[in-house]
Amino acid sequence: MHEMSLAESIIQIAEDTARSNGGARVSVVLLEVGRLAGVELDALRFCFDAASRSSLADGATLVIEQPDGSAWCMPCSVSVPLANLGDPCPRCGSYQLQVTGGTELRVREVEIH
Amino acid sequence: MCTTCGCGTDHVHIDGVGQPLARGSRAPLTGVEQFVPAPPAIEGLAIGAAGVHAHGTTAGRIVQVERDLLAANDSWARRNRERFAADGTLCLNLVSSPGSGKTTLLVRTVAALAPRRPVSVIEGDQQTSNDADRIRATGVPAVQVNTGKGCHLEAPMVAKALEKLELGPGGVLFVENVGNLVCPALFDLGEAHKVAILSVTEGEDKPLKYPDMFRAADLVLINKIDLLPYLDFDVDLCEANARRVNPSVEVLRVSARSGEGFDAWLAWLERRAVAASPAGTTARDEARP
Repeated sequence: MHEMSLAESIIQIAEDTARSNGGARVSVVLLEVGRLAGVELDALRFCFDAASRSSLADGATLVIEQPDGSAWCMPCSVSVPLANLGDPCPRCGSYQLQVTGGTELRVREVEIH
Repeated sequence: MCTTCGCGTDHVHIDGVGQPLARGSRAPLTGVEQFVPAPPAIEGLAIGAAGVHAHGTTAGRIVQVERDLLAANDSWARRNRERFAADGTLCLNLVSSPGSGKTTLLVRTVAALAPRRPVSVIEGDQQTSNDADRIRATGVPAVQVNTGKGCHLEAPMVAKALEKLELGPGGVLFVENVGNLVCPALFDLGEAHKVAILSVTEGEDKPLKYPDMFRAADLVLINKIDLLPYLDFDVDLCEANARRVNPSVEVLRVSARSGEGFDAWLAWLERRAVAASPAGTTARDEARP
């Protein structure tokens, strides 16, 4: 249940952004959470709502983009889609895969008022 | 406080003393922030970040942040790593499910290592100082971090615990994380390697069920192999599953009870401790004339 720690980081980043840009309130936080990032989005939303109370991000909407997973297949020497860690290469069936996308975990934009 | 599992990161205790940690230990914003002019409001309709709009509200300003959620933790991890490099200490982050035999393995490991190298331990648990007490009984210094409701250690907790430890050149610091195969995968503590411990009384498919952790680990120790004659556990299948999620992972088979496989594990440690130490210091007994 690391989503609580992540929610607190989101609030900290949103508040820091608001304060350093003269904002009094945060209305929207645009997040990027890759499909292989190991984050449960329902839990993250729940924790964000609970932890943002009486912060500058109280009541803010979380908008979450979910980049798909991708990997570099060593035998094929091409980039392939990867739905889950532990899945084989969809072309050759090998597990010699290096994850290259889908682990993003960042705040992209914050809307302040 | 999360009511799904009760997890939170407040109420951290180190050796029983409450710590004002986590949220106060923030790192400054380092990303390049820039203003983006807000789009014009159309008839009371405000368009904000990501095209989300709220009726009847004026549009705010959108600030592009592009900041990793783990940036604060990672900046503390970087500081810890710099300290380990300056001290010439090898730091390992031990992760596993509860009951894999992590502390028993650690007790046997530090007992074998302590005559040769400076060894210290940071123990992470939600409650009790039982594990640190077991380590201290071997004569090795240990600091207990109690995370309260928290389900994993974070880098600032390790930084705080380090204030109570002296790390010698050529030494090894073991951080025993909270028993949990999910959350600790995401948090860098500044360690050189994550070592995942899996016991043969668990399923061979655990690496597939918890792929994040086995992908984050550089070494998997398969523990309790003295029990193999009584179980249907397929060690080869377990190793293959670990390599499915992490093709480059190393795997060693050990028994913390009988000591089987410990020569290979201690040799693995020795190689990395020498590499981490200043000018590749050798172990104490080997350095003697």
